[in-house]
Amino acid sequence: MRIEKMAVAGSLESNDVLVTVKPNEQLGREIIIESIVEKQYGETIRKVTEEVLNDFKIDHIYILIQDRGALDCTLRARLETVILRAQGGNKDDQNP
Amino acid sequence: MTRIRRSLLFVPGNSPAMLLNAGVFGADSIIFDLEDAVAPNEKDAARILVRNAFRTLEYDQFEKIIRVNSRHSPFFTEDLQMLIPTLPDAILLPKVEDKQDIIDTETLMEALERDNNLPLGGIKIIPLIETALGVENAFSIARSSKRISALFLGAEDLTADLGVKRTKKGKEILYSRGRIVIAARAAGITAIDTPFTDVDDEKGLIKDAKFAKKLGFTAKATISPRHVTTINRIFSPTEEEVLYAERVMAVIKKAEKEGKGVVALDGKMIDAPIVARAQRVLEIAQTLRGDLS
Repeated sequence: MRIEKMAVAGSLESNDVLVTVKPNEQLGREIIIESIVEKQYGETIRKVTEEVLNDFKIDHIYILIQDRGALDCTLRARLETVILRAQGGNKDDQNP
Repeated sequence: MTRIRRSLLFVPGNSPAMLLNAGVFGADSIIFDLEDAVAPNEKDAARILVRNAFRTLEYDQFEKIIRVNSRHSPFFTEDLQMLIPTLPDAILLPKVEDKQDIIDTETLMEALERDNNLPLGGIKIIPLIETALGVENAFSIARSSKRISALFLGAEDLTADLGVKRTKKGKEILYSRGRIVIAARAAGITAIDTPFTDVDDEKGLIKDAKFAKKLGFTAKATISPRHVTTINRIFSPTEEEVLYAERVMAVIKKAEKEGKGVVALDGKMIDAPIVARAQRVLEIAQTLRGDLS
């Protein structure tokens, strides 16, 4: 699957995560993590992100993860949402 | 164990914090809201988030209800496609106006249950009656499917449809409340009352909930976690009701032993509906005692 355009999902509210993605044809996977619990959970966040990108077979992506203490299931939900939005084919797609 | 439904708390479907804490407020049922609480451009995010929450979080301690978007909205089919496989206890279906709304919804639910190898008919439907046409057709809606477990009155949209002002006294919805209770009881199901929307008016809530109970509602919805305890208390059987139910069952047992056909208590004949009510009161009381122990 390809990232066709920039997209955003989630929020900066407590227990949530704001995920921004952009096409990144030259550099492959570029994952930036900003988290209030980066020291403790930075690796877990990266691992979950890699897993989701593997599931969607995405190799070229710039992804910024601004975490506010989201659980795994929330992070996975926001990643799935942002990836679908970045396809441009999702009919609910009206990004802010 | 009997599941009790006294309080139903709306939780916004796109709020991870609320989804995480859904169980802590003591509501008998949680309504995961994909409709009014979610902006149109966040519908996709909310349904994915709720699906993941259902897969991961412990939601066994309450009834799980999902308010999907209206059948006439562009979001309805995707809501069901994504969330029926998570096996909610019930779907709260907004703006139900006639039995065709239920028949069409059930057809889609059944197809999804088959596709996902789920038991057929296990997920209930609660029609949200919130238009004049819905109130008018309440009885035929209530009888349109075995999946229907209750009728739910939504007064905010209803008063908008009627073109009247929604007030705390609620005179403008008295007729509709009566119609919903009668329709539900005639169809053998329960009636759920509309939320009291002033979250800071505790006295108003108590008055409104007690009145709804007197009319025949067995539960009340709320948008505020702060209302849950009060609603639970009001819709639980009182000590007096439990004692009376115990006495009813005692005289019935005695009469059966003595082979008597007609039974009276305090000079009043005890017939089948009174016995059924007493049994229900004792069942609820027993379940509540179990919850507390």
